[in-house]
Amino acid sequence: MSMLRESALAAALALVLSAADAADAPRYGQPMTAADLAPWDISIAPDGVGLPPGSGTPAQGAVVYAERACALCHGEKGSGGPSGPLVGGGPLNSTDRDPAKLIGNYWPYATTIFDFTRRAMPWTQPKTLTDNEVYALTAYILALNKIIREDDVMNAETLPKVKMPNREGFISKYPEKH
Amino acid sequence: MDTRKRRKDRSASPQLEPIAGNGLLDRRALLGRGIAFASAATTGVGTSLATAAAEPLTNGPWSLAPGVPVPPYGQPSKFEQKVVRTLSNPKLEPRGSAARTPHHLLNGTITPNGLHFVIARGGETEIDPEKHRLVIHGLVKQPMAYTLDTLHRYPMVSRVSFVECGGNSAPLYSKEPIQANVQALHGLCSCAEWTGVQLSTLLEEVGVDSSAKWFIAEGADLPTMNRSIPLAKAMDDAIIALYQNGERLNPSNGYPMRLLLPGYEGNMNVKWLRRIKLVESPVMAINETKQYTILRPDGKAWQFYFPQEVKSFITHPSPGLSMKGPGFYEISGIAFSGNGRISKVEVSADGGKSWARAGLQAPVLSKAFTRFRVPWTWDGRPVILQSRATDEAGNVQPTREAFIAERGPPRGTPNVAAFTMEHCNAITSWGIDAKGEVSHVYA
Repeated sequence: MSMLRESALAAALALVLSAADAADAPRYGQPMTAADLAPWDISIAPDGVGLPPGSGTPAQGAVVYAERACALCHGEKGSGGPSGPLVGGGPLNSTDRDPAKLIGNYWPYATTIFDFTRRAMPWTQPKTLTDNEVYALTAYILALNKIIREDDVMNAETLPKVKMPNREGFISKYPEKH
Repeated sequence: MDTRKRRKDRSASPQLEPIAGNGLLDRRALLGRGIAFASAATTGVGTSLATAAAEPLTNGPWSLAPGVPVPPYGQPSKFEQKVVRTLSNPKLEPRGSAARTPHHLLNGTITPNGLHFVIARGGETEIDPEKHRLVIHGLVKQPMAYTLDTLHRYPMVSRVSFVECGGNSAPLYSKEPIQANVQALHGLCSCAEWTGVQLSTLLEEVGVDSSAKWFIAEGADLPTMNRSIPLAKAMDDAIIALYQNGERLNPSNGYPMRLLLPGYEGNMNVKWLRRIKLVESPVMAINETKQYTILRPDGKAWQFYFPQEVKSFITHPSPGLSMKGPGFYEISGIAFSGNGRISKVEVSADGGKSWARAGLQAPVLSKAFTRFRVPWTWDGRPVILQSRATDEAGNVQPTREAFIAERGPPRGTPNVAAFTMEHCNAITSWGIDAKGEVSHVYA
């Protein structure tokens, strides 16, 4: 093989390799810092990771519940309305009626109440509640269900420790069915 | 070919006996190939179909004048205005909205974008694509944000995939058969060709930390809906979908981008996708604890029940599509499985006593709608039609009895729009009476 052909081959090979490199790894993402992400990083793990500072009590929650007209959809004291009740719920293995899956008899984690309220409530003005208001509403709902006492304070430390009645009620289908 | 010759051919062709009860024929029997239908000949169906003397042909006004200018975006014919979704919440009250696909008025396997089913908790969300961002963060080496424009610089893939709501077919879980059509019973599933960027491509760029086992996908809509998904699915076949049947996503289906998890529960295919966070374990969102969990008779609940199991239903005939007298019909319907390809669909016309294998329309794609068809001569007597699908993993669609034995007896007969059960894939039965009316029955 002549030197000329050899170098032509090497050049061609280099061209192929660089093209392959470029095709392998497009990198057009814009790097983000934790501070950039903070307004969207609202995930709250069941162990409390992600819970913000702040706190609230059931009594404070009753005030927010009235101020934000929560009863329009959930009824007085969470007794039920177009969007369903926040209290009640009978045994889950009953055969004589359709057991409603409610907070008190079904939800396994108290952190989910905080998370959903903060991201989605009130329905017409989501994401307008302060973190204190969300803690207060969470405390109010838990107290209505007699899961915490009227004088309990909910915050990043106490909320994940609340033991929901149906905490052990779930069996994962994954990875058995995937 | 003149009439005399055709008659001769037909008389020379083999008679075809039914292969299952009440007139189901071999799937290879095709009209136009000169095959005579034995039951048709013996019941005199051929003559009963004779029509009145034809009207003399005339030119319609459309043959005598120009049409209208071709519109920039075509709409269905004005004569097809009944082919629409049914809406559960047309005034957008503060609750979820469901729009159901009219399977009985469609054919083939692809759902038109305007008729794709929708479940939306905050209505149809309008997002400015210029301002939309997808961020990927959590247990990654470098968190990144992507615009719609930058995603278009990545290699794309297309795949045909069904999406099915976990609550589709819930009305079958009822004490009495709810009288409703296939749209009301099974309208929360649809199938489209989705095009976009593989999630694994983006995860390669951000760099996955070895401690990550799940990811949270979150939408930009009112409830900012979130779900926990195994990272293995991201590495397998998850797509950030940007196109639906060739055009940008429909707003109801997540414009400008959605997560597509082929075969997994519809709710996990997060629409209006704005955030993916890699985590060690599930976040226990409302839609994986309160909802999309299946309460068992013993009071425990299944959680993280992801694949939509093998299912089929007959769309033609079905309630509302009454029979036009005895004679030849093609029974057809839809089959799919979240576990892969459909390997077999069987159809019964005698309530499950005997079965005829249906023909499967090619191509039969994994985790996509498969159209099945079987020829049938109806003798005019009452029958019960059923379809039963099997997927390539060997899963067989259960009878209603088997399904209820596992899930426990239904407690009542709820409203047709209620979600009293999820992942309900039991066999559907259509009863046809002597008048040709089709109704939903249990058999």
